Amino acid sequence: MRKFLVIVTVVLLLLAGGAWWLTMPARVTASDYAALIGVPARGATVFHAGGCASCHSAEGAIEDARLILSGGRAFASDFGTFHAPNISQDNDHGIGSWEVTDLANAMINGTSPQGQHYYPAFPYTAYSRATPQDIADLYAYMITLPADATPDLPHDLAFPFTLRRGLGLWKALYLTDAWQITGDLTEAEQRGRYLAEALGHCAECHTPRGPLGALDRNRWMAGAPNPSGRGTIPNITPAKLDWSESDLIAYFTSGFTPDYDTAGGSMAAVVTSLAQLPQTDRAALAAYLKRLPPID
Amino acid sequence: MSTGFKMLGVVLGLTIAAGAATGQDAADKALAGATKARQAQMQLYAFNLGLLGGMAKGDTPYEASAAGAAAGNLASLARLDQSLIWPEGSDEMGVEGSRALPAIWENLPDVIAKNEALITAASAMETAAGTDLAALQGAMGAIGESCGACHKAYRVPSN
Repeated sequence: MRKFLVIVTVVLLLLAGGAWWLTMPARVTASDYAALIGVPARGATVFHAGGCASCHSAEGAIEDARLILSGGRAFASDFGTFHAPNISQDNDHGIGSWEVTDLANAMINGTSPQGQHYYPAFPYTAYSRATPQDIADLYAYMITLPADATPDLPHDLAFPFTLRRGLGLWKALYLTDAWQITGDLTEAEQRGRYLAEALGHCAECHTPRGPLGALDRNRWMAGAPNPSGRGTIPNITPAKLDWSESDLIAYFTSGFTPDYDTAGGSMAAVVTSLAQLPQTDRAALAAYLKRLPPID
Repeated sequence: MSTGFKMLGVVLGLTIAAGAATGQDAADKALAGATKARQAQMQLYAFNLGLLGGMAKGDTPYEASAAGAAAGNLASLARLDQSLIWPEGSDEMGVEGSRALPAIWENLPDVIAKNEALITAASAMETAAGTDLAALQGAMGAIGESCGACHKAYRVPSN
């Protein structure tokens, strides 16, 4: 009997240890970043392709105010409401004290400098595919942006989603650096895939989610309910979106649909960012969209 | 007498009700008419933008005179006196088919400022469209931005 208790205790300890190990926040290897020299101008492209300003600028911010990353926008979800944090260069309320590896840990692993998991409302599920050079460039650009002392708003989540440690399991299940669209891709299609799947995180809205909030990869870009509650996010696979490549490029440049209506909802902010990219990048995105498997 | 008085009361009451109904009808018609008129204005924007956009995309060959005419139309449309086609009450709740948010009438100075931005962008297009294709392409973005700014703030999302 005593022996049995010892065995049970050992097994439970092992399980707990395993769970602890499994849910441990991951970190990048610092030496991967040590030799990289970030170029701010290239970082601006990463910044716009990543759509940072769409979530981290203040609600209603336009033009230059979009570069004040004071946070505060609310994002409704099935798990509660997330509030985008301040990622301006303020030392106390923003990320002014971050090193390039802090930015890399956040984007690649969803891990904070304090070693906590971020919620995947921050799309590190996509950013984890970003190259170290792009992160170094982004870092070099972001430190040129203004500081703002707006304090972060706490997330408003239901139990048990308040337990961040549990996100370690979620990450073990769903965080992958594999590409969704594979096969023989042209150079433009590969660049488009990088822009869409690594930086632009299009799938975060255009792909439906399962019960635990992970993307349903069998319905990649096939449309989803709008988490804000109003209407749906459209299917952008060739099964439903019959725009030509020139239509898509024009849409990413000016926001005009082929009927000369304008981008609506959250997509308007996305277009504002895409309009800042080089024309070749908008063309690459269009080429990628044309390569998506059609899903009805 | 008292019955007659009552009858008068009933008749008067009916007349007032009918009058109110007719007044309501006329008001509804006016709101619907104004909504249709501004939707027609939007159609005209779209037609002229389609001409410019087709050239910008490379779907149709660039032609300076047609581009200039379309850009001129856009600028004229943007400068129309719109005070009569946006009566209060012609919002999504008041008129079938309207996608105008009531916020328009709570933020008129901002709505007017956004229209000014369109006038500026359309004026720039007037110069650009007749110049060359690159100039035309460069001027499209600002027009899209100004159209979108108003739609984003003041229009019901489509889906």
